[in-house]
Amino acid sequence: MVTATLATDARALVATVPDPELPVVTIEDLGVLRDVRVEDDGHLVVEITPTYSGCPAMEAIRADVLARLRAHGFDDAEVRLVLSPAWTTDWITDAGRAALREFGIAPPHPVDHATPARHAVVLTLSVRCPHCESPDTREVSRFGSTACKSLWTCRSCLEPFDHVKAL
Amino acid sequence: MIGTWDDRSTAATPLAPLVEYTLGLGDDALVLAQRLGEWIASGPQIEEDMALANIGLDLLGQARALLSYAGELEGAGRDEDALAYLRDERDFRNLQIVERPNGDFAVTVARQLAFAAYQYELYERLKTSADATLAAIAAKAVKEVTYHRDHATQWMLRLGDGTDESHRRMQAGLESIWPYVGEMFDAEPAVAELATSGVAVDPTSLGEPWAAYVDGVVAEATLELPEPTFHGRGGRHGLHTEAMGFLLAEMQHLHRAHPGATW
Repeated sequence: MVTATLATDARALVATVPDPELPVVTIEDLGVLRDVRVEDDGHLVVEITPTYSGCPAMEAIRADVLARLRAHGFDDAEVRLVLSPAWTTDWITDAGRAALREFGIAPPHPVDHATPARHAVVLTLSVRCPHCESPDTREVSRFGSTACKSLWTCRSCLEPFDHVKAL
Repeated sequence: MIGTWDDRSTAATPLAPLVEYTLGLGDDALVLAQRLGEWIASGPQIEEDMALANIGLDLLGQARALLSYAGELEGAGRDEDALAYLRDERDFRNLQIVERPNGDFAVTVARQLAFAAYQYELYERLKTSADATLAAIAAKAVKEVTYHRDHATQWMLRLGDGTDESHRRMQAGLESIWPYVGEMFDAEPAVAELATSGVAVDPTSLGEPWAAYVDGVVAEATLELPEPTFHGRGGRHGLHTEAMGFLLAEMQHLHRAHPGATW
């Protein structure tokens, strides 16, 4: 069907739009790109979801997606923000995780669904240093340079690095 | 003449119940985000600057989603900006606890623990709301608020079970915030009705699970639960403390000075 091909082509185009803050990962790798479809009136709709409620990158991503579509002849396109299902770090692909690691950001652990949020400190698994791979690291700050990251430092090679928090 | 706290004719312009409910939740997040912004470049250490700013950003995102939805429901053409910047004090429906001045860091920690623990219980239940938009907003927010609550918990433990000075100031922080805790769980007939249809969460149902968490943290921090001598209330009906006017002046004046400006 023509519309199916159109949607597939459009999806291939927007899937590789990079995250504005972490340009080594794409919006597809991050699980931010949710759907690309052609509606009955021929209108192209791209659905994206915010990582954190206040993620300031959404507007930049919207603009980048529309610009790329326009550059390839898709003039009648719309980018919609969807909140449900809630974004989770579990949606980050293996390719995304590898790219983060290579860029010097420790990727997130799997979300622990079994342990309900409880009193006091939530135990975390050790985070491997993305530079030297040592597990001998410590958290400097639970909140980092962006909403999704925490700041860590390696006791082995002494380099600081960001870690994407499990959400 | 100011009426009593439940004298609606002296307070907010009445709106449809679901609009008022959504505005209340959105205003809570918006006003607290504004307060947390005041800590930027003033935090006790740079990591705390980042933490409070990040928490504020999460809350601002929740506020944007909630206010936008409230505007949609109202259907009078008000978007998130119109609601945030052009309403006057008596049309804000936030709890009084979020408008309280930051005080010293211990006051802020006390407020963060009390309010984040409330938001956790609220969103945990609101994520199954019969209203799909509220459910979606809550499902995202509860995960973020879990981190907020944990952050406040760690600080309360460290400060309470710390030096004589940190313990003294953390206890004083609790005393200054606790008179505003009760309002979080006050009965609201309109909300109770929305709750029976599964749309809203009845605030009176949150007090017990809240206390189960907070009381434990306070005890472990070697602090004492305050016994407030007054119970601040009226926020949900547009009646606010003296601090609110100043907060709004700072938050709104730029937008009001340049209506329609964008950049």
